[in-house]
Amino acid sequence: MSDVLDRPDIGHNADDHLKVVGTRPIRPDGADKVTGRAAYGADFNMPGQLVGKVLRSPHAHARIVSIDAKKARALPGVKAVITGADFPNLADEFHEGGEAASNLRDMAMNVIARDKALYHGHAVAAVAAISSAIADEALALINVTYEVLPHVVEVEDAMAEGAPLLHPRMFTEGLEAKPDKPSNVAKRNRIARGDLDAGFAAADVIVEGRYTTKATHQGYIEPHATVASWAADGQCNVWSSSQGQFMVRTYCAKVLGKEISDIRVTPAEIGGGFGGKTVIYLEPLALALSRESGHPVKMIMSREEVFRATGPTSGAVMHVRLGAKKDGTLTAADVELKYQAGAFPGSPVGAGSMTALACYDIPAFRITGYDVVTNTPKVAAYRAPGAPISAFAVESAMDDLALKLGIDPIALREKNAVHNGTKAAYGPTFQNIGYVETLQAIRDTEHYRTPLGPNQGRGMAVGFWFNVGGESTAAVNINEDGTAVVVTGNPDIGGSRASMAMMAAETLGIAVDKVRPMVADTASIGFSMLTGGSRTTFATGMAVVQSAEKVIAELKRRAALIWDVNVDHVMWKDGSAWCLDPAKADEKPLSLEAIAGQSARTGGPITGQTSLNAQGAGPGFAVHLCDVEIDPETGHVTVLRYSAAQDVGKAIHPAYVEGQIQGGVAQGVGWALNEEYIFDRDGHMENAGFLDYRVPVASDLPMIDAILVEVANPRHPFGAKGVGEAPIVPPLAAVANAVRRATGVRMADLPLSPPKIRAVLDAKGG
Amino acid sequence: MSQLDYLAPVTPEEAVRALGAAGARPMAGGTDLLVQLRAGRTRPDVIVDLKRIAGAIGVRQEAGGFVIGAATSGAVLGEHEALVKAWPGVIEAANLIGSTQVQGRATLAGNLCNASPAADSVPAMIAARATCVVVGPGGRREVPVEAICTAPGKTSLSPGEFVLEIKLPPRPARASDAYLRLIPRTEMDIAVAGAAVNLVLDAQGVITEAHVGLGAVAPTALLVPEAGQALVGSKLDEAALARLDAAARAACRPISDKRGTAEYRTKIAGVLARRAAAIAYKRAGGAA
Ligand SMILES: Cc1cc2nc3c(=O)[nH]c(=O)nc-3n(C[C@H](O)[C@H](O)[C@H](O)COP(=O)(O)OP(=O)(O)OC[C@H]3O[C@@H](n4cnc5c(N)ncnc54)[C@H](O)[C@@H]3O)c2cc1C
Repeated sequence: MSDVLDRPDIGHNADDHLKVVGTRPIRPDGADKVTGRAAYGADFNMPGQLVGKVLRSPHAHARIVSIDAKKARALPGVKAVITGADFPNLADEFHEGGEAASNLRDMAMNVIARDKALYHGHAVAAVAAISSAIADEALALINVTYEVLPHVVEVEDAMAEGAPLLHPRMFTEGLEAKPDKPSNVAKRNRIARGDLDAGFAAADVIVEGRYTTKATHQGYIEPHATVASWAADGQCNVWSSSQGQFMVRTYCAKVLGKEISDIRVTPAEIGGGFGGKTVIYLEPLALALSRESGHPVKMIMSREEVFRATGPTSGAVMHVRLGAKKDGTLTAADVELKYQAGAFPGSPVGAGSMTALACYDIPAFRITGYDVVTNTPKVAAYRAPGAPISAFAVESAMDDLALKLGIDPIALREKNAVHNGTKAAYGPTFQNIGYVETLQAIRDTEHYRTPLGPNQGRGMAVGFWFNVGGESTAAVNINEDGTAVVVTGNPDIGGSRASMAMMAAETLGIAVDKVRPMVADTASIGFSMLTGGSRTTFATGMAVVQSAEKVIAELKRRAALIWDVNVDHVMWKDGSAWCLDPAKADEKPLSLEAIAGQSARTGGPITGQTSLNAQGAGPGFAVHLCDVEIDPETGHVTVLRYSAAQDVGKAIHPAYVEGQIQGGVAQGVGWALNEEYIFDRDGHMENAGFLDYRVPVASDLPMIDAILVEVANPRHPFGAKGVGEAPIVPPLAAVANAVRRATGVRMADLPLSPPKIRAVLDAKGG
Repeated sequence: MSQLDYLAPVTPEEAVRALGAAGARPMAGGTDLLVQLRAGRTRPDVIVDLKRIAGAIGVRQEAGGFVIGAATSGAVLGEHEALVKAWPGVIEAANLIGSTQVQGRATLAGNLCNASPAADSVPAMIAARATCVVVGPGGRREVPVEAICTAPGKTSLSPGEFVLEIKLPPRPARASDAYLRLIPRTEMDIAVAGAAVNLVLDAQGVITEAHVGLGAVAPTALLVPEAGQALVGSKLDEAALARLDAAARAACRPISDKRGTAEYRTKIAGVLARRAAAIAYKRAGGAA
């Protein structure tokens, strides 16, 4: 059912009447989080639970010849040992998860290897034992015979003729002619429009570059953790930290060959996901170990396991060629993107391609994307998957174009900007977008006009993200004292509990502290797609508002009963029912509390529930401005100042929208400056810990000024657009462009770590 | 199943006895040892905690110098005013270690005996000409700090021996020191290179004594006498700084690894030595 059909027509408050939406109340989950009481994945325990651990491949690519677990099974205290043979073999089946489609067969083989280990750290076996020490000993007793195979890590190496093949039966999809040889290129996609040659022929200037980025990890602080229980009657319970309890349920059912009704998943508080918790790793292993042992099994990844075996995002090699007139008008763009997918197909190159030119109105363009498997962990969604990578290349080239033409970089973007009515490079026609307003917001900052000092540079870049809607369920239950509970199926990774409570309070006309939001398990609320794609405040928020509207309709009916008037003569305003029947002019308004107190006598509990498939999410545009200072002797980059403007539709809770923007920038700056997967010659990650995988610490960043531009999305009751992903799109290029302007040298290979910058400065003779 | 015992002796003699057991390891703050234990990189049978030994935590002023107990944390050092005044470089190096939480535990002795080539306080202690009082089954000896580490993760201490205290020498007037490290971030990181400079000036601001210690550019932290010599007799003019830079670079024997190339580390060692010298010179009262 679409959200439109489902929507009762009761009209909405105009912006200036808003009492709750747009304010900054304390988040409902705040006290638990700052006092340490919040229960994350690893905080849950069951009586009699065992410790589960994973044996991981020591090789980047190897055939698993045999696994001998006799000794491990015989060790006292070991209750179960499982391998790939304990799981059903699945057929290819694609499942749309919210961020990206997953092939369930690949997911199952990523959870535990079958005949081949495809990356260093790939799960090969798992044990359950009565203690962590015994589980470790058991792992050491499992004897796996490997036939080590040549491996490949870098994307272009994997595409090369004669590269070791990960999947010998994989043929490139998307080519004009079906290839006759297998390849590591899973797919080639192409988006094109207009006459490219004519476009470049019409250009006065052409800029061109090759750009590379390294694999980076989402870097959530909470490692994956789960407790799973498979009862004697086959009923399963899973407690885990993820971005979607329903996603965990679906995937576990598929990977284990169970019916969905046999599995109940309870979401833990989540300590960061950023897209990385939109897939499963431990849950099916813990369930299988529980099935074999008859005990609940708890599994927690170490940080090292998180790095080695859970999704980073792709490293990439890209080419960009732009043609423009002297006045800056773009005439043609040719973009080629090669993304590492890791061990199984499914890099975010599709989204990287679709977003690459989404901010630009160009008569002729061609975007070609390659999805390439490599002997590295299978990539997982990471905040605006694919978009920061392609934006790094395109926005770097745009900056070179601005420099070459001597045009202000904002003016260059404005000249080529998409507007309402522009057909986006990726297909649809834009409506209700706030892109030029966002460019203007940055131009208007004091930051943009502030002079720079020596060794300093200022970079700007823009970014785009679609944002999605999708399936959500929400319930609003009125308590007998007039307070309310809002129940959703979406884990709160970005302050969504606060925004759900606020939207319900605004709609009902009551104070926000009278509304308690909660995230329910899969048996307690209807299906909801996972928290991802910046969809929750938009789609689940829509379901919350519609549920509250149903509650209001019911409250009006109850008031009509109490007053004995026609319901058409009842109005809901400011949290009370008002009697409009001229014959009953003396009736005082009935508050929500008063109606709730009498609900038993007027027909029972008052609740409203809505399930919908929200359409019409408004896309997000972000414009960032970054100042850096280079230490010319050490190559160290300091980010001095950062302003990030974004079209957010309507900020339900502005502080948490600002927090999303600041968080996206922080991650993007880390990606630009220091974060990278470093592999040794054997394909082992060398820096699988936070010491040498350098996410920024607080002192690495200035205060990030978040500027909220509000161009309402008419499809959402309050005008909201998704906000969580767009802010990570521009920073890679914004930082690189600032470094370019500080040093005079274009650096096209991320990260811009101090040794690289010093080397460039030395080569320049500086 | 392996077993781990914990002992907390209260005298140096008891500690020496406890350390005589097979698989015994001393522990000061534990910020290296416990991390390595949890990561499975070390498997001691007995942990001998040094913190209960009388005098192990604290700073004494003795014969014009300072005696620092082996279990004294960075936080305690940073709050000792006289020590900070006399040896600002050693203390800033010690206080760079980790975070506020780590500072509550991490010690100079642990930083030294962990024998990481990148340990922050070690170049500063070397430049300060600090010594260690080592006790063991053979009695007590005093050795310069640079004699402790022999290779990454290896020390010259014999079985049963441990560092009881670290001594910083008396300070003349117009003397000071400084330590700088390069890390890609601003904190919570490991030095790509580090340099410490300890200077003594005469009344005219001429450098009469100079010692330079370098970290993360060789298998152990280095004392670089040529680099010190490059400064003696100068008022830290450009030529002296250039000689220092060259001498520091000449002493480097770094590896290339994920934290930096050998070439980069070498260049940075020169840069940091120059900058640290400038800070030490100013602190010692030399005109900049
Ligand atoms: C989060 C974090 C950040 C860190 N940051 C830094 C940093 O920035 N710079 C840096 O240099 N280090 C850093 N470290 C490493 C560590 O904190 C330091 O090396 C610290 O000084 C070690 O001191 P400790 O007292 O904790 O040593 P311990 O862990 O107690 O001991 C270290 C080693 O020395 C041995 N040992 C200890 N005391 C003695 C003794 N008296 N005699 C003989 N042997 C002894 C132990 O057996 C062990 O092998 C960091 C560690 C962590 C966890």
